[in-house]
Order: sequence, then structure tokens, then C-alpha cells
Amino acid sequence: MIPALGLLVGLAVGLFLHPAVPLALQPYLPIAVIAALDAVFGGVRAVLDGIFNDKVFVVSFLSNVVVAAFIVFLGDQLGVGSQLSTGVVVVLGIRIFSNVASIRRHLFRA
Amino acid sequence: MSQARPPDPAPGDPSPGRRLLRMARPRATKANALAALLAILLGFAVATQVRQNQSLGLESLRQSELVNILDNATLRERTLDQTARELQATRDQLVSGSTGGAAALKAAQERLDALRILAGTARASGPGIRLTISDPGAKVTSPVLLDSVQELRDAGAEAIQVNNIRIVASSHFNQGASGIEIDGKSVGPPYTITAIGDPATMSSAMEIPGGLSENVRQLGATITITESKDLTVGALHPLSTPRYARPVPQPAPTSAP
Repeated sequence: MIPALGLLVGLAVGLFLHPAVPLALQPYLPIAVIAALDAVFGGVRAVLDGIFNDKVFVVSFLSNVVVAAFIVFLGDQLGVGSQLSTGVVVVLGIRIFSNVASIRRHLFRA
Repeated sequence: MSQARPPDPAPGDPSPGRRLLRMARPRATKANALAALLAILLGFAVATQVRQNQSLGLESLRQSELVNILDNATLRERTLDQTARELQATRDQLVSGSTGGAAALKAAQERLDALRILAGTARASGPGIRLTISDPGAKVTSPVLLDSVQELRDAGAEAIQVNNIRIVASSHFNQGASGIEIDGKSVGPPYTITAIGDPATMSSAMEIPGGLSENVRQLGATITITESKDLTVGALHPLSTPRYARPVPQPAPTSAP
């Protein structure tokens, strides 16, 4: 409940403050957001599986974000930044889909 | 990483919905607070990114995308440059064509003016002299007037008028019973001859010994010569279409005998 409220608060703050993304962070922010979404869906699935752990969620969230950003950074350094970003987005998208499928099976038994 | 693990719901567990509800209850644990903080960050990042994406500028693009855009712009610029050069060339052609046309028109107009003055169908004005021969004794005959016209032409007169008759190439002088006739119209004294040309040359040609002035004075008539900066030869010669003479079509010079 509190994290869900936090999400709404963050959205509202971001919409009202019009923050500008620093130039150095611009390639990483979208990937980091996708990675964080993956962690969130993974957390929800873990709750439904009965194996949720606050600490594991926080660590997985942070490591997801950092690793995704790092992969993109590495790709930029190697000159394959856009391709690697696409790859990361694809992988994370597949994971999000499988997590959502699992959640759906729990909630709707279908 | 995330907590994606194979689902193994233990039998006897509460239903998933209830489990979710239980988990959603506020718990004052450090980890929960951290999770809330992360959620705030996530929401903030999502909103920021969405907003950023809506106002997407060039600065957010990658190097390869920028190179692509630059390539496209260069290509487009080259195409437009080419088009501009072609249009410029067309424009130059059109301009030079129209100036050539204008020049030809101007030349034709000048030629027309010259021919009209020669043919006597246009009024002429310019510097010249005016001769007035008063002939109380009616001693001046047509050869004298013809002489005067010839003298004036010698001196470079370009347009001549006697009284109100324009003198052209076909003008003829005749001594009729009633006096002098020019082109069939009788002319009486005093005779006023207006000639357009160089005033000094013409007046000195009139005054030379044995010239017109002397002849006229010997006949007992008086002659006055007035030089003027601006005279007008206003009489016109009616244009008549030649009945017999036809212009010879201009053949190639080789076919002429």
C-alpha cells in the first residue's frame, strides 16, 4: 500500500515539477525505468507466490536499475549502445510479460 | 535481480487476493519504507521520462541517430542545392533572353525613328537654322529653292521643311505658271526654310561666297538666317504606297549576279 502510494506521489511530483533530465543520464533513464518496472512486477509476483521479502525486493530493484544502466553504458562505450538498449528492453519486456502472466494465473486462475 | 522464481504456492495458503491485501497493509519496517522510496523514485522517473520524450530534441539522440539525421540533411541539402542551381540557370536564361529581346526592340525602334524622319512621316525637332527669303519682286525661282535645299543637305541637314511642305527624297520642285510648286503644291513668298542639323555648319554653308545668300541677294531678295537650339520640323509628308516598285527579297549574296 505504501509503495503504491509512493508511486502515485512520485508520478505527481514528476508531472508538476517538470524536471529536466541531466544530459549524462538521458540514455539510461528509460532503460532504468523498464528495469525498475520489471522489479516491481517481480515483487508483485513474489507476493502472490508467498515468497515476498522486503529486503530482496529493494536489492533486486536497485541491482536491476544499476545493471540495466551499466549495460547501456557499456554498449555506448563499445559503439553498440542503441542495439544493446534494444536488447535490454526486449529481455526486460519478456520478463515483465512472464511475470504478469504468472500474476494473472494467481489472480484469475487462468 | 527480481524475484522471478517458479511458483510453488504451498497448499493451505490463503488465496492470492487475500495474500496481496495482507501484504498491502502498511507495515512500519525499514524495508517497506525503502520500497516506498524506490516507488517514489520510479514514479518520478517515469513521469520525467515521459515528459522528456514528449519534448524530444536532438540532444537526447544517440550518436548514430545523429549521424543518420546529419546524412539525411546533407543529402537533402545537396538535392536542394542542385535544384537551386538549375532554377538559377533557367532564370539567367530567361533574363538574358528578355534583355536580348528588349535590345532588339530598342534597335528596331531606333531604326523606325530614323526611317520615319527620312520618309517625313514623323515630326522632327532639334538644333538647326531657319532661312527666311523675302522676295518682293518674285525673282526667286524653283532652281534657287532647290539649290538651297541641296546646299542644306550638303551641310548635313537631316530634316527640311519649306513653308509647310516637308522635303523628302521624292520631293520635286517645279516652276509652274502660278509660281513655284513643290510636290504639286504652290508655294509663295516669303519662303521659310527650316532645317534640322548642325546650325553652325549649315549657316556657314549658306554664307559662303557664291553660295545661296549671295545668289538670293543678287536676285534682289533678302535672306535672313537664324540659328536655333531647338527647332521643330512639323510638316509631314503623306506616305504613299509605291505602285510599281517592289522591294527585292533579300537573297543570299551568292545568288546575286
